[in-house]
Amino acid sequence: MKQLRSWLAGLRFRLVAAFAAIMILGATTAAGVSYVNARTAILEGIQDQTMLKLRDQIAAYLPTLSLPPSQATLDAFAAALESSNAVVAYHGLRSGPGIDLDSVPPDLRQAVATSTNIQFQRVDAQGTPMFFVGVPVQTGTRDRLSGIEVYAMVSLSQQQTAIDELARQAWLYSALALPFAVAVALLAARQVLRPVRALNAAANQLGRGRLDVRLRATGSDELAQLVTTFNNTAAELERTVGTLRAMEADARRFVADVSHELRTPLAAMNAVTDVLDEDADQLPPDTAVAARLVSAETRRLTRLVQDLIEISRFDAGRAELRREELDVAAAVTESLAARGWEPGAELVAELPSGITARLDRRRLDIVVANLVGNALRHGAPPVEVALRKERGDVVLTVTDHGPGIPEEVLPRVFDRFAKADTARARSEGSGLGLSIARENARLHGGDIVAANTATGARFELRVPREAW
Amino acid sequence: MTCAFPNNGAVAEVLVVEDDAAVREGLQLALRRQGHVVHTAESGELGIEVLVRHRPDIVVLDLMLPGMDGFETCRRMRTAGPIPIIMLTARSDDFDVVAGLEAGADDYVAKPVEPRVLDARIRAVLRRAVNERPSESPQPEERHGDLVIDRAALEVTKRGAPVSLTPTELKLLLELSRTPGQVYSRQQILSAVWEHDYLGDSRLVDACVQRLRAKIEDVPARPEHVQTVRGFGYRFGRS
Repeated sequence: MKQLRSWLAGLRFRLVAAFAAIMILGATTAAGVSYVNARTAILEGIQDQTMLKLRDQIAAYLPTLSLPPSQATLDAFAAALESSNAVVAYHGLRSGPGIDLDSVPPDLRQAVATSTNIQFQRVDAQGTPMFFVGVPVQTGTRDRLSGIEVYAMVSLSQQQTAIDELARQAWLYSALALPFAVAVALLAARQVLRPVRALNAAANQLGRGRLDVRLRATGSDELAQLVTTFNNTAAELERTVGTLRAMEADARRFVADVSHELRTPLAAMNAVTDVLDEDADQLPPDTAVAARLVSAETRRLTRLVQDLIEISRFDAGRAELRREELDVAAAVTESLAARGWEPGAELVAELPSGITARLDRRRLDIVVANLVGNALRHGAPPVEVALRKERGDVVLTVTDHGPGIPEEVLPRVFDRFAKADTARARSEGSGLGLSIARENARLHGGDIVAANTATGARFELRVPREAW
Repeated sequence: MTCAFPNNGAVAEVLVVEDDAAVREGLQLALRRQGHVVHTAESGELGIEVLVRHRPDIVVLDLMLPGMDGFETCRRMRTAGPIPIIMLTARSDDFDVVAGLEAGADDYVAKPVEPRVLDARIRAVLRRAVNERPSESPQPEERHGDLVIDRAALEVTKRGAPVSLTPTELKLLLELSRTPGQVYSRQQILSAVWEHDYLGDSRLVDACVQRLRAKIEDVPARPEHVQTVRGFGYRFGRS
């Protein structure tokens, strides 16, 4: 129904309808005009023939006519006009042979009585068209009416049949023109709509990010101009997007380069943090505080730089996935244990064994560490870690019982350096943990989504079990 | 398997090859605090000189070196003898790791280095050479085809000729040949030979197997002793 409506509203239907209307109007007009012409010709032909014959017969009989005429005279006159089946009338008298005088239309009789010219009238008598001719007979001197009137009648039924046939044919040809008109209209519509459709498809592709799509402009009509405009727009768009991408790539490469440059001095500092920690007890109190601070912040800076390097590896598309067959529950348990997160009051793990998947062990560990670490830091205990199998996916949910994620932060919670609490400018994490977790999930062909439940925040990791 | 040595002060002579002075000094300090004797070199060429002069127990080698790079240095040190080598990858990029392992490194640690991690790896590598418990095999000499493994003397001969194996390669061979025909997963091998936790890099195993095959197989591409079991891991002998 909706489809029909949209088709009716479409350009194609409107073009076809307009075309058909014009074609039909043209055909009907042509048929109508030729019909009228033919009808006139047919009728005038028979009328003229009738009138001329009657006039000639009257003229031939006129010299023998005596006035005023008696009944016998009228009868003889009518007999002479027998082939025209005419009746002769003179005031109250009328001839015996010939048509019934009463059938002659009164208008015609009136006209004959007051005229010197031959008169005629067409009458439709019970569906049969009739042609009446009335002749006021003039005798002797010119223009003097004798008072004798001759009336003749011809049936036009044959002519009417011919005319009807003509009309029928006119209608038929008009009707035949309709499918032809529609066909031509469809053809024309296609001709017009093909470039329109190509443009539509190209614009669609452009919208999907295929910025190199171009169309061939043929001819120089408005559509060709439109195609040229489209091509220019697409080219400009491609150029702009290319520039933006190059700028973004530059920015990311800069971050990657900076991270790498930072790594060497950090490596040196990081090597001696243990020394600082171990000897801090023997230092004067202020120096001890300074030493511990330097040591702790060096470790934090190291984590941040490592995370930055990890993220820039994803940005550069250099992150490699090394899948292996895993018992997911065992891998998650090991990840938790490696960080000292033992199940208990703080952490509830529901990890049914036997769920296997082909995943990257190290990357799964990063995801688990980030999600659980995040829940322990920002949520409230107990943190629930649950694993389940869902069709072809492995789903791991980490739910905490904290205040949840503020609604305005929820859409950006995976953004880099997104902070739920702006007042707490510095947290333990690098601010990249959730971004890295999600990049890792996506590298597996899966994803992580965040949501608030009635009791707290929930992060759900979903990855396909098999690589495809 | 776990070793019966805690951090018991087993000291080693360590050669650190690292071009950055601060990192070199930091590592030297940290390793010395762990009880090791530390030699340093700032380039691959100098590293080889020190290696020849001091005969350290283990080399810690940075891959990003000026002049002769870490890979080439690694290859040359490897040809000089079965010295264990731990490489430092400035980037933990996969290409570097694979190339370093192919050059003959026994293990790798990504920079920035945690001194404790490096120390643990050093000790694990050094334990490999001395950790075989003689009581396990009543008969010290085992014959596997043309290969003879002496678990007591920690010697391997092929058709009577001694085979020079690094401690890691030897340990791998001893572990696999303990129960011929049994399939070991890469994770099992990693924890048994490298003492890595469950996140260990299985490419260490693959690289070491390649090197071991090159030394003990007639045709390394068609191994008879160390066989690959697709999708599972490795197996010694007997198909």
